Amino acid sequence: MTAIDPTAHLTAEQIEELGRELDAIRDEVIASRGESDAAYIRKVISAQRKLELVSRGVLLFSIFPPAWLLGTAGLSVAKIMDNMEIGHNILHGQWDWMRDPKIHSTTWEWDHVSPSEQWKHSHNELHHTYTNVIGKDNDLGYGIMRVDEDQKWHPFHLGQPLWNFLNACFFEYGIAAYDLELGKNLHKRRRNNPEFRARARAVGRKIRKQVLKDYVIHPLLSGPSFLSTLAATFTANLVRNLWTHSVIMCGHFPEGVQVFERRSIKGETRGQWYLRQMMGSANISGSKAMHFMTGNLSHQIEHHLFPDLPSNRYAEVAVKVRALFEKYELEYITGPLPKQVFSAWHKVFRLSLPNKKPAVRTPDREQELAAA
Amino acid sequence: MTNVALRGRAWKLLEMVTTPLLPSDYLDLVSPLRAGADLRGRIEAVHPETDDAATVVIRPGRGWRGHTAGQYVRIGVDIDGVRLWRAYSITSPTSRRDGRLTITVKAIPDGKVSNHLVRRAKPGTLIQLDQPTGDFVLPPAKPAKVLFLTAGSGITPVMGMLRDTEFDDVVMVHCAPKPHDVIFRDELLGLDADKKLRLTEVHTDTDGKLDIARLDELVPDWAERETWACGPAGLLDAAEEYWTGHGVPARLHTERFRPAVVVTGDGGEVTFSTTGRTVDADGATPLLDIGEEAGVLMPSGCRMGICFGCVTPLKAGAVRDLRTGEITEAEPGVLIQTCVSAAAGPCDIER
Ligand code: FES
Repeated sequence: MTAIDPTAHLTAEQIEELGRELDAIRDEVIASRGESDAAYIRKVISAQRKLELVSRGVLLFSIFPPAWLLGTAGLSVAKIMDNMEIGHNILHGQWDWMRDPKIHSTTWEWDHVSPSEQWKHSHNELHHTYTNVIGKDNDLGYGIMRVDEDQKWHPFHLGQPLWNFLNACFFEYGIAAYDLELGKNLHKRRRNNPEFRARARAVGRKIRKQVLKDYVIHPLLSGPSFLSTLAATFTANLVRNLWTHSVIMCGHFPEGVQVFERRSIKGETRGQWYLRQMMGSANISGSKAMHFMTGNLSHQIEHHLFPDLPSNRYAEVAVKVRALFEKYELEYITGPLPKQVFSAWHKVFRLSLPNKKPAVRTPDREQELAAA
Repeated sequence: MTNVALRGRAWKLLEMVTTPLLPSDYLDLVSPLRAGADLRGRIEAVHPETDDAATVVIRPGRGWRGHTAGQYVRIGVDIDGVRLWRAYSITSPTSRRDGRLTITVKAIPDGKVSNHLVRRAKPGTLIQLDQPTGDFVLPPAKPAKVLFLTAGSGITPVMGMLRDTEFDDVVMVHCAPKPHDVIFRDELLGLDADKKLRLTEVHTDTDGKLDIARLDELVPDWAERETWACGPAGLLDAAEEYWTGHGVPARLHTERFRPAVVVTGDGGEVTFSTTGRTVDADGATPLLDIGEEAGVLMPSGCRMGICFGCVTPLKAGAVRDLRTGEITEAEPGVLIQTCVSAAAGPCDIER
C-alpha cells in the first residue's frame, strides 16, 4: 500500500513463471537433503546442550564476577540457539524428514514460555500463510502497533515506541500472550470458552516450569551464589528477548517492505503467494556467525518462500533467489543488522504520529492483477 | 522413605532442572547405551558372508533383555539422514559371552537398509534397537526330529536356532541360486561333517525351484518331523498346502519376510489429523509410506504386518488390508497396521 506498487510491471504469466522457478529451487534442495544436513542439526543441538550445561555450571559460582560474566554470556547464547536455529526451525518441520522422533516438529519443546503447540498455530499457520496481510497476520504490529500509513491512527499509537520496547524486553511473554490472542479473548464472553481456558492453562503450566527452573531451582542450587545466579538468568532471558525481537523486527518491518490488503489475497495463485512473500520480507546481511545466531532468519525472504527447508540451506538458496529478484526487477531488501533495526524502529516512531493520507492511491492489487 | 521413592523424587527434581528437556537428553550426549536410555546399539563389526550378505555385530544398550533363538529384532538406521526401521532375524546364539548380538542381512535389489548394512555400515555407528520379538521359536522341550526348510535369507532365524541348540536329529533343506550364495555355507558344511546336521542344498540356478513333492525323496520321514520353514512366499505357500494335504499342518511353523500383497483397491484422501496434513493416496501404497512421504512421524517396524509396531487409531473412513483385501471401517477404538493397510476411500489417521 505504498504509493507505487513495486510489482506493477509484472504480467500474470511472469508471476506464474516466477512461481515455477521458485518451485524448482525448492525441489532441488529437497532432492539433495541428506546425511550432512542431519549431521548439522545434530551437531547444533549437541553444542547447544553442552554450552547450556557448562554455562549453568559456571553460574553456580556466579558470586565471582568473571564467572557471572562468562556464565551469563554462555547462557544467553545457549538460549538464543535454542530459540532460533533449533526451536524455530524444528517447529517449522524443517527436520521432520529425518523421521527422528527426538528432532521432530510434533515432539519438540523449546526453552520459551509459549508452548510449542500454540506457537506453531499462530506462527506457522497464521503468520506464514497470511504474511503481511493487514487484519489477518497478527505479527504485523502484534496487534499493538500501527505499521502502515493506511491504518487508522489512534492516540493509543503515540505510546507505541514504548509498547514495542517493553515487548522486546519481555518478548517471550509477549509471544505467549499473542499466541493466546489475549487481546481478543479477554473479553467477557470469550474468557470462559473452555478451549481458550485449556490453552491458557497450558501456558500457565509452561510459565510455571520455566520460572521455577530459571528463578528458583538454579539459583537455589547455586547456594551462596543465589542472587547472582538469579540475576544472571534474568539477564540471559533479557538478552535473548531483545535479540530475538530485533531479528524478528528486521524480517517484516524495515522500510520498503510491503503490506497487503485483505481483499488482495482472495483467489491468490501460487505465483502470487510467492510474490507476496518476496515483497513482504526483508533480510539481514552479515557473516556466517550472524546468520547462525539469527537462526538463519537473516534469510527471512528465503525462509518465507520455503519455510520448511532446512535452515542450513538458506544461504545457498539465497543466491538463487536473489538472482530471481534481479531478473524480475524486484527490490531485495537487505542490510546489516544495525541498519535494519534502525529502519524498523524508525517506522515504529514515524507511525506513532498521525499522517496525511498518501496523495496517490494505488489501484487495488487485485484489480491490477485481474487487469494484467 | 524407600529407596525407590527417593530416587523418584530426585528424578523429578532433575526434570525441573532440565525442563523443557529431560535429563536423558543430556545423558544421551555422553552415554547413549546406558541403562534407562531408549534402547540403542552400536555396530561393532560387519563381516561379509557372501557377495551380497553380511553379518552385523551389535553391542546392545544396557536395557537389552536378550532373545530366544529364532526371534527377530527391529533396528532403526539413519540412511542419508533419514531414520528407517527394518526387522532382521538374530543369528547369534543366546549364550554369546560378550553380550553382543548379530544379525545377518542379505542385500535385496533396491533395498535401502539392506544394501546400506551390507555395503556401507561403519563400525562405531549408533543404531536404534527394539526388544526382540517373534514366535518363530522352538518349543520349551526340544523336539526329537527336526526339519529346517529354508531358502535365501530365510536361513537366518534357523541359524540362530542351530547355533543355540544341539539337536539329536536334524535335517536341513536349503535353497539358494548357487553354492557360493549359501549364507553360512562353511559353518553348515562343518556341522554336516561333524554329523550334527544333515544338509541338503538345492541350487536353484541349476536344479530349478524346489518342487515341494521332492521332499518325499530328500527327507523321506518329513511328515514325522517338526518343521520350521522360512523363505519366500511361494515356498511357504507350497509348504503349507503340502503339509495340510498330508494332514500334518500342526507340524509346520513358518515365518514370512515379505507381506503377500493380494488385493488393492481405491485410494482416497488421507488426513493425518494430529499433524494436520492431508494427502492423496492410491489404493496400493501402504499408509505408512504415505505418511512418511508427507513428513508425518509414523512409528514402524517390520513393515510387513507382523510386529504391530505401526498400529495407529483409524478415526474416520475406511482402509483395506493389502494382504487379505479386508476392509476396516473407523469406529472408536479401531486400530490399524499402517504398513499393510491402504486407503479405501478418504480416511483419517490419528498421527
Ligand atoms: S510395521 Fe510391523 S506390523 Fe506394521
